[in-house]
Amino acid sequence: MIRLINKSWWKYLGIILVYYTIIAGFLVHAPRLAILHESIRNLFFHVSIWFAMVILLIISVTYSIKYLINPKAIFDNMASEFAKTGIVFGLIGVVTGSIWARFTWGSWWVNDPKLNATTIALLIYLAYLVLRLSMENEDQRARISAVYNIFAFTAMIPLIFILPRLTDSLHPGSGGNPGFNVYDDVDNNLRKVFYPSIIAWTIMGFWLTSIRIRIKNVKEKIFELESKNLF
Amino acid sequence: MQKIVSILLSLLFLSNCVLGQDPAESHQVEMADALRSDGKIYVVVLVVMIVFTFFLLYLLLTDRQVKKVEKEIESLKNSK
Repeated sequence: MIRLINKSWWKYLGIILVYYTIIAGFLVHAPRLAILHESIRNLFFHVSIWFAMVILLIISVTYSIKYLINPKAIFDNMASEFAKTGIVFGLIGVVTGSIWARFTWGSWWVNDPKLNATTIALLIYLAYLVLRLSMENEDQRARISAVYNIFAFTAMIPLIFILPRLTDSLHPGSGGNPGFNVYDDVDNNLRKVFYPSIIAWTIMGFWLTSIRIRIKNVKEKIFELESKNLF
Repeated sequence: MQKIVSILLSLLFLSNCVLGQDPAESHQVEMADALRSDGKIYVVVLVVMIVFTFFLLYLLLTDRQVKKVEKEIESLKNSK
């Protein structure tokens, strides 16, 4: 994963997939569903952004665990930057979901288990950023925030994937076990765009993250050079 | 006889209409058919594509700038 940051082939793959998502996303034949109408196409933007968020947060927690096993600064950088991009994607998901809810359920926000649980998960992740900002010592910050990141991830999984399924909710994918056949409204036509769109948005998130990590690396190198000049 | 048949037929058609309102099967759900047949959905696709293209170009430029700084730092490091 770290090596991928300095490669660029995946960027072109991501560009192609995003263009595919935009073109096919608007033009693919969508099933005729009451209430949803054409808004079913939000599947390629709202839902896949959430999926991308989960993937980015999985990468983040992986590097937190790696840091605890082998405390290298790069692992801490990876964990924190992927978590930040994940949080941004989560915010996009909440805002777009709210708009979608307004025009299908009739309200900007409903007290729905899925919606409230994801909000709690996002707040737990926001606390991760606060925690990082609150510490000066780098080793301490890296270690404590790695432990907290593992906590945040393990809190997010039941909040997003388990608790909402134990109750009924307006949101699709709740109540029972939807598995991969999730939403009755997802037919095979939509799937052909839905899965590529998840990859597309994940790669875009990865790209943004990689730029931030590279800037951090450069800053560290500058710091090294300066400290060499001093002594 | 004719009357009965015609009543039955009209009932059949009526029931078709009623069944036709079942949301899952119906073709009466409002979709953007007019938009598509007028070809105007392509305008939206085009606009979103252009938005993304500019976004992408800016992202690529930023990417390149970072690469330049990385190279500069490398050469500074080697010169010392």
